[in-house]
Amino acid sequence: MALLRLFWVQLTSMRTALLLLLTLALVAIPGSLLPQRPIAPIRVSDWKAANPAVADLYEAIGLFDVYGSPWFAAVYLLLTVSLIGCIVPRIQVYAKALRQPPPRTPKRLDRLPASVAGATALSADEALTAAEGVLRAKRFRVRREGDSVAAERGHLREFGNLLFHLSFALMLLGVAWNTLWSYKGEVIVVEGQAFSNNLTQYDDFSAGSQFKPANLQPFTIWVDTFTAKFETGEVQRGAARVFEADVRVAHGDGAPEEARIEVNHPLVVDGTQVHLIGHGYAPVVTVTDPEGNVAFSGPVVFLPQDGNFTSLGVIKAPDARPNYLGFEGFFLPTAVVDQQGPHSVFPDALAPELFVNVWTGAPREETGRPESVYSLTKDGLEQMTTDDGKVVTFRIAPGQAIDLPDGSSLSFDDWRRWTKLQVSSEPGLWLVIGAVGLAVAGMMLSMYVRPRRLWLRIVDTPDGPRVEAGGLDRAESSTGLADDVAELAASAGVEDAARTQEVGP
Amino acid sequence: MIEAYSSLPMVASAVIYLLAMMAHAAEWAAARRPVEVPERVLVGSGGSEPAASEPEAEHRVTLFGRIGVALTVVGALAHVVGVVLRGVAADRLPWGNMYEFVTSSLAFAVVFYLVLVWRRGWTWLGLPVTLLLSVGQGLAVTVFYVAIAPLVPALHSVWFIIHIVAAAISAAAFNVGAIAAILYLIRERAERKGTVRGYLARLPKAAALDDFSFRVHRFAFPLWTFVILAGAIWADYAWGRFWGWDPKETWSLVTWVVYAAYLHARVTAGWKGVRAAWLAVLGVVTFWFNFVGVNLLTVGLHSYAGI
Ligand code: HEM
Repeated sequence: MALLRLFWVQLTSMRTALLLLLTLALVAIPGSLLPQRPIAPIRVSDWKAANPAVADLYEAIGLFDVYGSPWFAAVYLLLTVSLIGCIVPRIQVYAKALRQPPPRTPKRLDRLPASVAGATALSADEALTAAEGVLRAKRFRVRREGDSVAAERGHLREFGNLLFHLSFALMLLGVAWNTLWSYKGEVIVVEGQAFSNNLTQYDDFSAGSQFKPANLQPFTIWVDTFTAKFETGEVQRGAARVFEADVRVAHGDGAPEEARIEVNHPLVVDGTQVHLIGHGYAPVVTVTDPEGNVAFSGPVVFLPQDGNFTSLGVIKAPDARPNYLGFEGFFLPTAVVDQQGPHSVFPDALAPELFVNVWTGAPREETGRPESVYSLTKDGLEQMTTDDGKVVTFRIAPGQAIDLPDGSSLSFDDWRRWTKLQVSSEPGLWLVIGAVGLAVAGMMLSMYVRPRRLWLRIVDTPDGPRVEAGGLDRAESSTGLADDVAELAASAGVEDAARTQEVGP
Repeated sequence: MIEAYSSLPMVASAVIYLLAMMAHAAEWAAARRPVEVPERVLVGSGGSEPAASEPEAEHRVTLFGRIGVALTVVGALAHVVGVVLRGVAADRLPWGNMYEFVTSSLAFAVVFYLVLVWRRGWTWLGLPVTLLLSVGQGLAVTVFYVAIAPLVPALHSVWFIIHIVAAAISAAAFNVGAIAAILYLIRERAERKGTVRGYLARLPKAAALDDFSFRVHRFAFPLWTFVILAGAIWADYAWGRFWGWDPKETWSLVTWVVYAAYLHARVTAGWKGVRAAWLAVLGVVTFWFNFVGVNLLTVGLHSYAGI
């Protein structure tokens, strides 16, 4: 009765697990078909603008952040509970089974899926000892009792199964740990500039709830040169070929060491990873105001807008007097002007040019409010015009300068590359990887180890001792049972053991 | 130059597989014929003995079967030469884009199939396998084809080799496993209804097909788990995160979960057999969707995307 109950409980929980697994597969799908806010916030807004009819509904049920939504969490939490609820009792059962000797020899060995019987020339004791020896050599657990030997092997199968399921739970634990303690930040660094691992330096930063700023490892990276090469052949023209950053790194207050960061070869500094995840151009410009003072000088990061690095950016000279000066425009690494207007036709800087227009207005008061460096707030500014009322726009190449109608000037001195570095720490990663590795090992054991039970009995007959041997497999897809039984019988002195019968499929 | 030498055998293999498939189709058709003579005795016999009543028809069946296998061997030679030359021409392992992945993976599949034919005489796999090969190679050389080019930097990694070679092998295994599952479903239905005849009579018994399907999946599933693990490690090197719910990653997980469900179904009362086999079919569908659908329909980081 108790056995039946156990069987029933297991049956139902397996079924639950199965349904939960299928549900998990199902609920993961929408997130791969709809844009997701944590990954692509801009595409989410675009999508919502394009599909206003369903946007609010989708938003309400969390379809733009599927993997962070409560119902997704509900499914995997249920799965975890089911997994643990199923695994704990099985561990107890397994521990008990390990301590138990192989099951007693059944009465009728000839009813087993494979069996053999025959006369033996050996004495009962010799036959049993010989059979025991053979079984032990094959790494069976053996129990000798009276006139029979019982043997069993394949406990590793259940071990593997438990290991697999435990590792799965361990992996979930690793993921949770990682989510709570990890951090990831992005920062754009222009060639020749440096970055210190400090919250204030990041352009973008996200971290788990247990992260503390003190967890940031103190280091500084100088990006000396960034090299980018692109396909110039016919096929895949313009595709990326080489990205490398030659840097110097200083740990804490230590002396800088040289290093190189490549795609696929992040720099690891004190357990923190630094990846190259993007790049672009920064024209180096000098703005001189009508009074002849340098109002701004240096590289300005422009953000790429397409695969050929047509890049958008603004140059601000808030210190220009008598009026504020702002420039808005494009940097084109390989500039072409055609019906589409100015754009770039190749990602490398083969013919760089700057296309700008100029905004000017009364000097601004310091508000203290941070302002994006990538866009120009145009309140109180107007576009600069020439004396005859035309809007001032111009294109210049490196080395050129342009004098503006109000007496100021912009000189395009040079260009540099910038690279976007991603700094991340994933403290739980090793646990996740290790757990999945263990899971694979457990899975292999549970699927390839074949549990088998063999028995041999000596029966006294008037014609002398007679051997009966039989075997049972507890896994599908097993082969060689009949051979094992025949071999066992032969070891006990049965000569014509080939007449083994194997019943069933 | 070598590129042309690589495309030529590849195209040839697609054509030869198509011919092989036609030969196997003729084999099936020939095996059907005896049944048109109403022969009650045969119905429900369920054995794998073909109808011995018509030796001539039987001869035709064998002949077409042999032609099919012979053509497949020739096709496979051309195919493997094509894959190897592609690698030589590109001066790297030939699985850097969809075209290369499909052709490499199908090469694993055809080799696996031919080993089964050679070692076990399993020619009954001929029709579905050549169907898969001719559709797959046909699509590869027409729709997916791209000229050789070096890899983008994100693919420069040993994990690229490990991850993709494992993916190609498990793809081959999942496809063969699904074929076995489909044949199982067909044969099982016929056995239940007592209508095992014609070609179906040449298939192994349903239980044996189910067992074979399981063995193939048992090999493929741990490998697929490893593919995802290797992919995650590689993603961590390339992008600084091991899991980001990229569509490709999500669908790999969906595929994995479906196959995990398949393995569970096999030990669950009420799910073993037919329903489990349907899960194996669902698994291969999600696999293909991950491969074709995700590349073409969604935007992700995988630079495979796009043909
Ligand atoms: C994400 C979750 C899970 C995965 C990926 C998974 C995977 C697997 C796999 C691959 C097997 C096959 C092993 C074999 O053939 O022996 C298996 C077996 C099994 N699983 Fe799970 N499992 C999961 C969750 C669960 C849960 C939640 C339960 C419990 C309710 C469960 C109970 C079992 C049982 C009882 C077996 C035994 C099969 C046997 O002894 O042959 N699994 N699981």
